[in-house]
Amino acid sequence: MSDQDLTVSVENLRKTFKGPDGGEVAAIDGISMSVRAGELTALVGPDGAGKTTLMRMMAGLLKPDAGSLSVLGIDVAADPQSVQDRISYMPQRFGLYEDLSVQENLDLYADLHGVPEGERKQRFTRMLEMTDMARFTERPAGKLSGGMKQKLGLACTLVRSPDLLLLDEPSVGVDPLSRRDLWTIVQQLIDDEKLSVIVSTAYMDEAERCAQVFVMNKGKLLAEGAPDELKKRARGLTFTATTPDGMPARELQARLIDAPDFIVDAVPKGGNVSFIRQQDADEARIGELLRDAESEPRDEELEDAFMMMLRQHEAQDGEAAAKPATDKAAPEPRRNEDKPVIVVRDLVRKFGDFTAVASTSFDVAQGEIFGLLGPNGAGKTTTFRMLCGLLPATSGHLEVAGLNLRNARAEARGRIGYVSQKFALYGNLSVRENMEFFGGAYGLRGKALRKRVSASIEQFNLDPAAQSGILPAGYKQRLAMATGLLHEPDILFLDEPTSGIDPLARRAFWRTITSLAMSGVTIIITTHFMEEAEYCDRIAIQDAGEMLALGTPREVRKQAGDAGTDMNSAFIAIVEQGRAARDNKAKDKERAA
Amino acid sequence: MSASGFATRLVALTRKETRQMLRDRSNLVVGLVLPVVLILLFGYGLSFDVKDARVTVVLEDSSPTARNVVAGLRGSPYIAPTWASSMAEAERMIRAGQTDAILRVPGDFSRRLAAGDGQLQLLLNGVDSNTAAAIEGYVGGSLALPGQQQVDRGGNKPAAAANITIVQRMWFNEASESTWYLVPGLIVLVMTLIGAFLTSLLVAREWERGTLESLFVTPVRPLELVLAKLAPYIVIGAIDLIMCLLAAKYLFQVPMRGSLWIIIVSSLLYLLVSLGLGLFISATTRNQFAASQMALLASFMPAMMLSGFVFDLRNMPVVIQVISQVLPATHFMGLIKTLFMAGDYWPDILRNCAILALYATVLIALSRRSLAKKLD
Repeated sequence: MSDQDLTVSVENLRKTFKGPDGGEVAAIDGISMSVRAGELTALVGPDGAGKTTLMRMMAGLLKPDAGSLSVLGIDVAADPQSVQDRISYMPQRFGLYEDLSVQENLDLYADLHGVPEGERKQRFTRMLEMTDMARFTERPAGKLSGGMKQKLGLACTLVRSPDLLLLDEPSVGVDPLSRRDLWTIVQQLIDDEKLSVIVSTAYMDEAERCAQVFVMNKGKLLAEGAPDELKKRARGLTFTATTPDGMPARELQARLIDAPDFIVDAVPKGGNVSFIRQQDADEARIGELLRDAESEPRDEELEDAFMMMLRQHEAQDGEAAAKPATDKAAPEPRRNEDKPVIVVRDLVRKFGDFTAVASTSFDVAQGEIFGLLGPNGAGKTTTFRMLCGLLPATSGHLEVAGLNLRNARAEARGRIGYVSQKFALYGNLSVRENMEFFGGAYGLRGKALRKRVSASIEQFNLDPAAQSGILPAGYKQRLAMATGLLHEPDILFLDEPTSGIDPLARRAFWRTITSLAMSGVTIIITTHFMEEAEYCDRIAIQDAGEMLALGTPREVRKQAGDAGTDMNSAFIAIVEQGRAARDNKAKDKERAA
Repeated sequence: MSASGFATRLVALTRKETRQMLRDRSNLVVGLVLPVVLILLFGYGLSFDVKDARVTVVLEDSSPTARNVVAGLRGSPYIAPTWASSMAEAERMIRAGQTDAILRVPGDFSRRLAAGDGQLQLLLNGVDSNTAAAIEGYVGGSLALPGQQQVDRGGNKPAAAANITIVQRMWFNEASESTWYLVPGLIVLVMTLIGAFLTSLLVAREWERGTLESLFVTPVRPLELVLAKLAPYIVIGAIDLIMCLLAAKYLFQVPMRGSLWIIIVSSLLYLLVSLGLGLFISATTRNQFAASQMALLASFMPAMMLSGFVFDLRNMPVVIQVISQVLPATHFMGLIKTLFMAGDYWPDILRNCAILALYATVLIALSRRSLAKKLD
């Protein structure tokens, strides 16, 4: 391979930062790699793998501490501007100017990149068409939904055809529909313009589209190769276990994932459980774990290989993979299907003329895990806030833990725990201080408070003296959850608890959730990861304030028809059907008028 | 390619900054409304002149000579005399805050005056020492003249040194009006406010919102970022300058003895200095809150307290004097006051303008450096 065919070549690259405790932390720890031109290349890895640091060094924004890095044949450290003149880079949080309109943002970037006037018109038309934003050119960027902002960010990055395109986790926090649109745009440009693209991602289905995948963890390169090649590492180890009738898939999944000596990974999927066995695991022991569940081999996927590599690396590192916080002595399930703890009838919320939630009804039973899904701006957060008593409903009936939220809001609040999307604890307090403060705010005092705090610290496996602000994302999440559970609420609300958390921590997180549900706590959760819907007993899909689907994951998949092979495509299909129906209704109305 | 690229990018960035500035209402309030408020506040509200000072006269000597001497008080626009029948009553009044000063004419005044040794007692309420000093001057001034006449009329040659009368003449600020020196100083304050306060948010905001990271990976150069950020605020500063000059001339009738163009050029030079300071603070703190606090502490407060705006620097401890000499505001303050009231004095103009130009260059270079396209 000659140098001309390489867009990026990295040799023994190192970059260290000052850690929160004053020590040196190697974000990139001696990485060497070559990225071929004209291809789609993926950097995959959990949080803190060093993907963003590597991207920023390629973009000339950070200087390497050691090693060499050349992009498009230019030594980036020596001449960053020459690289920046030729590449386009979309950071994780693309900096749109929120007070400028869509068109003004596009113009700005076109001017900065020196796109000639004639070329510009054609390019804009194409970008606006692909992002479906031609109608909104005059709208301020700040008033777009999260998915639209991300698409506009991509459009601004692509105002000209660069020699290399760098995309840093373009789909984080973006709903499945916008995610699909983003990828359609990238794919089209690759096909039409033979773009060289490097994308970092936490989604394996995105990595699977790429010609070359680099797997990273903790600043090290674990593996590289084509997706099909990497997949092979899991060959022969992947199985599907069919759950016996009447048993939630997550119970079997919990049993399997609790035996890391034999099972690498297990996730609920399509009502059954997909798992990876350890290479050297004893057949008989696995049979014991499965009990009466049938298991049969399935095709390996990139995700399987990825999970295997991560677990192996964590094990080599001598660090036990984030242990799930569970009560080892699983208490008797306190499930009571007859008496719903949440009753919602004809719930409506309007903001002025805008209907955020339209006539929604559902029940949630005690000990149930109830998932609320929907694209950005679907009304999930509004519904959520009404259920927590943070926002009054415009009309409708709302009952939480047997209390009507209209007249007993404060009392109802005492029965619920709430974990917000952002880390809402005090960063400069220690774990114990945070818990004591919030416990006090919930009305716990003295001995009772100390006892609950100590018990929670043990249950969630936390270090009480650690400073909360510098904990890894997964631990922060755990602390937030422990805090929300201090007053032993009947219902726990979790708003997108898993965005920005790596897959291992997510497994541990869900293990905690399932064991909480087992002990009788009702869980209401929102998420962007559709595969996580499989852990839920029932899910509701919302779009534009309307309830489009409600039922068990299996029922919802069925509702999606042929498309419903997996949760992600089922979700997309249902939302699109809903939108088509709404458009038709609107057209009928127009015709009638 | 490079030159035209520079122009295109600079125009695009300047357009962007201007739009952002115009769409942010709080910016315009600080930039255009606050200066007006400051002009009115300092012009009308803040004055060290004492008008209608309450002076209580205790006339223990009721001779026509004594009456004649104090009659001068009534003619003064600065003094509103009242009369008290006894010293005890006058003392009660001064304690109760009903009067600012007591002028006591002792019973033997006319006799001793005839002997060339006339003495009056002036008691001042020293709670506000500025006012007390001013009243002392006014009373002395209004008494001196009739006393002089009396002596002349009597035809007696005064006993050598005892009766020398000082005839005061205040140069440059003949009326000793405080607006005359406050209003030019106000230009310094307004330029400081616009510069440091408004620009201190500019770069920090881009850091906080993550817009710089996207901007950095384009052909844009750091200098272009700096210039584009300065441009719209130079316009705002120029508008404020015009407002200040108009107010000075027509509202407060402050004389403008120096050349208008030198006033404008030096003001714009100082505007650049404070814009540069604001940008530099903004780019280094990367945090809007910290930047605005820093800007307040590093520019506005010292410009108000230490530049000689109100307080004479020569009365300050040496350390403070040294600090004040480091402040660009001090140099501009001295220059602009001289320009308004004394006229063009070239050595002063050249020296101070050179200092300001040096500051502007250094600060803009530092801002450019702190915007080097790097994240670490």
